[in-house]
Amino acid sequence: MWEAIRSNRRKSWLLVGLLGALLVCLGAAIGWAAIGDPGIGGSAGALGALALWLVLMLIAFFGGDRLLLSSAHARRIAKEDMPRLWNVVEEMTIASGLGKMPSVHLIDDPSPNAFAVGRQAETASVAVTTGLLKRLNRDELQGVVAHEVGHIKNLDVRFMTIASVTVGSIAVISEVFLRSLYYGGGRRRSRSSSRGGGQAQAVILLGVILLAVLAPVAARLLYLACSRRREYLADASAARFTRYPKGLASALEKISHKAKPPKHTNRAVAPLYIVNPLQARAPGGFFSTHPPTDDRIRILRSMGGGAGFAAYETAYRNVHGKNQHCLSDGTLSGQKDVPVRPPTVEAEPEQETLEQAREALDYLDRLADFLLIPCVCGLRIKIPPGFQQAMIACPRCGRRHDVPKALEIAPTDAPKESGQPAAGPITRYVRKGKGWESFKCSCGHAIHLSPQFGGTRAKCPECGRHIDVAPPGSS
Amino acid sequence: MSGLFAIMMVLVLALLSAGVLAVVIIVLYNGLVRLRQQVKNAWSQIDVQLKRRHDLIPNLVETVKGYAAHEKETLERVIQARSAAVKAQGVAEQSKAEQMLSGALGRLMLIVERYPDLKANQNFLALQEELTSTENRIGFARQHFNDMVMGYNTKIQTIPTNIVAGLFHFKEEDFFEIEEPAERETPKVKF
Repeated sequence: MWEAIRSNRRKSWLLVGLLGALLVCLGAAIGWAAIGDPGIGGSAGALGALALWLVLMLIAFFGGDRLLLSSAHARRIAKEDMPRLWNVVEEMTIASGLGKMPSVHLIDDPSPNAFAVGRQAETASVAVTTGLLKRLNRDELQGVVAHEVGHIKNLDVRFMTIASVTVGSIAVISEVFLRSLYYGGGRRRSRSSSRGGGQAQAVILLGVILLAVLAPVAARLLYLACSRRREYLADASAARFTRYPKGLASALEKISHKAKPPKHTNRAVAPLYIVNPLQARAPGGFFSTHPPTDDRIRILRSMGGGAGFAAYETAYRNVHGKNQHCLSDGTLSGQKDVPVRPPTVEAEPEQETLEQAREALDYLDRLADFLLIPCVCGLRIKIPPGFQQAMIACPRCGRRHDVPKALEIAPTDAPKESGQPAAGPITRYVRKGKGWESFKCSCGHAIHLSPQFGGTRAKCPECGRHIDVAPPGSS
Repeated sequence: MSGLFAIMMVLVLALLSAGVLAVVIIVLYNGLVRLRQQVKNAWSQIDVQLKRRHDLIPNLVETVKGYAAHEKETLERVIQARSAAVKAQGVAEQSKAEQMLSGALGRLMLIVERYPDLKANQNFLALQEELTSTENRIGFARQHFNDMVMGYNTKIQTIPTNIVAGLFHFKEEDFFEIEEPAERETPKVKF
């Protein structure tokens, strides 16, 4: 655990150093291009860049937490308001060895999400939406809170603040420079001391422009890659603290399928949430702050009987390939096998009625010719009659299932699931009743007749064949 | 002349290496002290949570008594187990007494299942949440303690810290084993 934090510190300094060097170089280059003299221009530019960085850093450090919390409309709560949430946060404080419990905040929002702020454990805060509290059971809530506490414990917030301020400074400087070029380009030529120098100046200027365009992009990519890595580490920490990775996995499932952007969020706060609310359905990739949620769920669910860092690393390699590393060697050193604990047994009467309701609806669906395909993740996929495709992806976990040969409805008699196609082209269909009815044209296209259909002939949209429709009761 | 110079160089080098070695030893020693302190803190955290459970129990017993007065035996057992746990001294005695208390509480929860009025009572529900949380916290405190012990023991055994550990007599700590792995579960009975 300590190794993870220490290697994080080392990496943060490395990254900040890299970004800072980029910032200084950019500042110097711009100063040089603007003033024309490499010595004075360069140092002036570099100093200017550093000054900007310092100002932004001070703002972020001294106002950052409160700003973020108030921009998300989070209000601080005491133990009496939400005893279960409070207890869960305190349990995770103990499990992680944080020392001082972070302050707990509540966001009034139906969409489930959570985030943590705080440069160190003593001044940390955890915020959770009311939507989250309503939907998750104790184990899942514990998983989410453990993930956030993991961020605090691994000093991720401090690191990401520093990194984002540096990236922001780079973006601001290059933006200002490029705009100034656009608006006041002519002035530079007059400063060149000799005609020969003018050409070199142009080349340098070109180089600086290139740097100004590329630097923010490069900085952002670096930042995002680190942000994603931190998320995996926080997931691994959560699994270790709770000793129950399935809790966080099912919480992520619930969150990702319901994540609409909360009412009060913006791009600044978005990366701190457990699932990026502005990129809920995004598949991930180089430009997202969080790894794809399906990925995270899959890793957590394939940890087997282990709950420690070693088990997480193994699961990560299983999902991503043998050569991908997630956790540093420092984190993994000295880790022994850590077993999973059994799930918490809770009295949940609401769950039972929900289950009963689902079963009743499934029974009705079965009567209405829906096909039920149970998926491994627990969801029952309901396939309506007339469904054409051969494969379907589970809406919850994404696993693909084969669909049994599409229901064939013979036109004349009424067997529910006939596997035999009618011989010869279909020219006549006898309606069975007044509701929706479907049958298959010989070309394979399913034709649906609505209750309002009063005609005597239907035309297949695919092949154009005409089929007579007879009222119920006729031969 | 060059001979003297050579001797000077060797002396300087020797002093430098001695200095570096001293610094390394100090750093490693401090690291071990820090880890040992963490182990101690984790142990005291377990104590804090156990005491919290002791404080919770009288209230719980009173609430249950209001609804299930004739379950005297079980209630008595809980009260007795609690006083024994409060009085216990030393690690072995403490852990035994706490296990007895957990058992008594488990039996109490079994009985509560039979009284739907009690189960629905707001007061009792709040207490049950507290009890679940306390059991969880005790579990997590133990877990954290064992994690710290694991880190500490590993550091003592690996090179180069094991040399420093041997020099200054850092001993391995014991893990806090739970004799019954099922002890943490709140038992649930379905009729």
